[in-house]
Amino acid sequence: MTIDDLTRLSGEWLRGGGPEADIVISSRIRLARNLADFPFVSRASAQDRTQIEKALRQRILDIVVESDLLYVDIEQLEGVDRQFLVERHLISREHAESEGARAVAIDRREKFSLMINEEDHLRIQVMQSGLNLDSVWEQINRIDDLVEEKVTYAFDDRLGYLTACPTNVGTGMRVSVMLHLPALVITRQIDKVFRSLQKISLAVRGLYGEGSQAMGDFYQISNQITLGRSEQELIKQIGDIVPVIIDYERQARDFLVKESHENLHDQVSRAYGILRTARTITSEETMHLLSSVRMGVNLGLIPELEIPDVNQLFIHTQPAHLQKLSGTELDTTDRNIERAQYLRRYLNKENGTEDAQKN
Amino acid sequence: MKCQKCSKPATFHITELTGGKPQELHLCEEHAREYLTSSSNEPSDAGSMAAVLAQQMAQQMAVGHTAAELAELDQRACPVCGVTFYEFRSQGRLGCSHDYACFKAQLEPLILNIHGEGEHVGKAPQRGAAGSAKRTQLIRLRREMKEAIDNENYERASELRDEIKQAEADGS
Repeated sequence: MTIDDLTRLSGEWLRGGGPEADIVISSRIRLARNLADFPFVSRASAQDRTQIEKALRQRILDIVVESDLLYVDIEQLEGVDRQFLVERHLISREHAESEGARAVAIDRREKFSLMINEEDHLRIQVMQSGLNLDSVWEQINRIDDLVEEKVTYAFDDRLGYLTACPTNVGTGMRVSVMLHLPALVITRQIDKVFRSLQKISLAVRGLYGEGSQAMGDFYQISNQITLGRSEQELIKQIGDIVPVIIDYERQARDFLVKESHENLHDQVSRAYGILRTARTITSEETMHLLSSVRMGVNLGLIPELEIPDVNQLFIHTQPAHLQKLSGTELDTTDRNIERAQYLRRYLNKENGTEDAQKN
Repeated sequence: MKCQKCSKPATFHITELTGGKPQELHLCEEHAREYLTSSSNEPSDAGSMAAVLAQQMAQQMAVGHTAAELAELDQRACPVCGVTFYEFRSQGRLGCSHDYACFKAQLEPLILNIHGEGEHVGKAPQRGAAGSAKRTQLIRLRREMKEAIDNENYERASELRDEIKQAEADGS
């Protein structure tokens, strides 16, 4: 299996299923772990890093069936492929851009990935469509146990799992849920939601995590605290608050439909119209318009499109995805044209107004 | 002593760490509060946690230590991996698991500040903490072996290699 295979497939969390799928894109848990007998990554020598990678690769290949796994040496990878993995949420931007021996093991259905030598020696990640934190926890807990059967993790009775950054010490766990909140943005209530989340030590970030902007009205809610609360408590905290936010978003959508139906429908139709006919379009504009379209689909205003379609469009119109799909290197201007072409073909194929095969 | 920004007496003596060498500031209460709150509102560039942490550390250390005390603390190094306190506080990242013990006095208040709690509640690995502490000795042994080789002290390097093999076999 290769990265190019991934290009053609649509990953697990894009499928748009699962509970509350109209508003919850995905649920994700990440565990940070380090081997006890090596320095942390920032202090590890090149030889250390090679040994760490070898030990973990060995263990991972022992526990996952080889045909289900794609093991990638990031250092050897071309820029566009690294960027592709970032766009798919399979590795972090940091992992793509840093240096030294590092790798990632990816499940062929993109349900889990294990990063080696990112900020910590091992970062396990499990993702699932919709609101599904308990199922995600069960899976990641199992993977963690399996890895640990043959390696020794750095762990202290008092401080828990020891991590390179004290902000992750303890459980080493980051629980996050990605939500689509366009109505709260339109009705200008999103800041109020952020402030109340910050009061209970939850972090809100954009589509690509730490340091990213909230494009396309997507927001990732995650825990900030990792020490002093058990894994179940941290999961429960997020699991309890997300339905409240979902409710706010649904109420805001109801409000817009009742009080502002013509304007809402107009906004959705215009967004859909531009996406179907533009000849050149930027990534930012695409995200912005797709957000309206996605809400429109949820509200039944665009019967010919489904959520998995829209989710796919969000990802496939990103820079590296476009380049891999077209098979060539593209600069910004060319990408904007290619993006518009991809959108036209995809969105018009039901009407048969474009050559559907070239998609 | 007068405040560096006005003519009131200086009641706050702050040590600034964001540059290379620790610098001392002497301010009155009003200017001290202004100074401390304005630096905490500065957005960190990449929004990365490590950068935020480094800033937090700088602020925490600034109040209550003299420049001389901090310069001395900066030199302190972990016996296992060799990282200095200065390296840790400027990158926001630790060098090895032993650093949590070695820099405990400085990390404890920082951790409490970040998490609001100081003790782990939750999952533990099957092997437990003892297995981990034992394996951590390997970090020091490997580093010493590398140094012995660099210094062309091959006899010592060979001794260490044997110790390492033994420890690796014991641990797993």
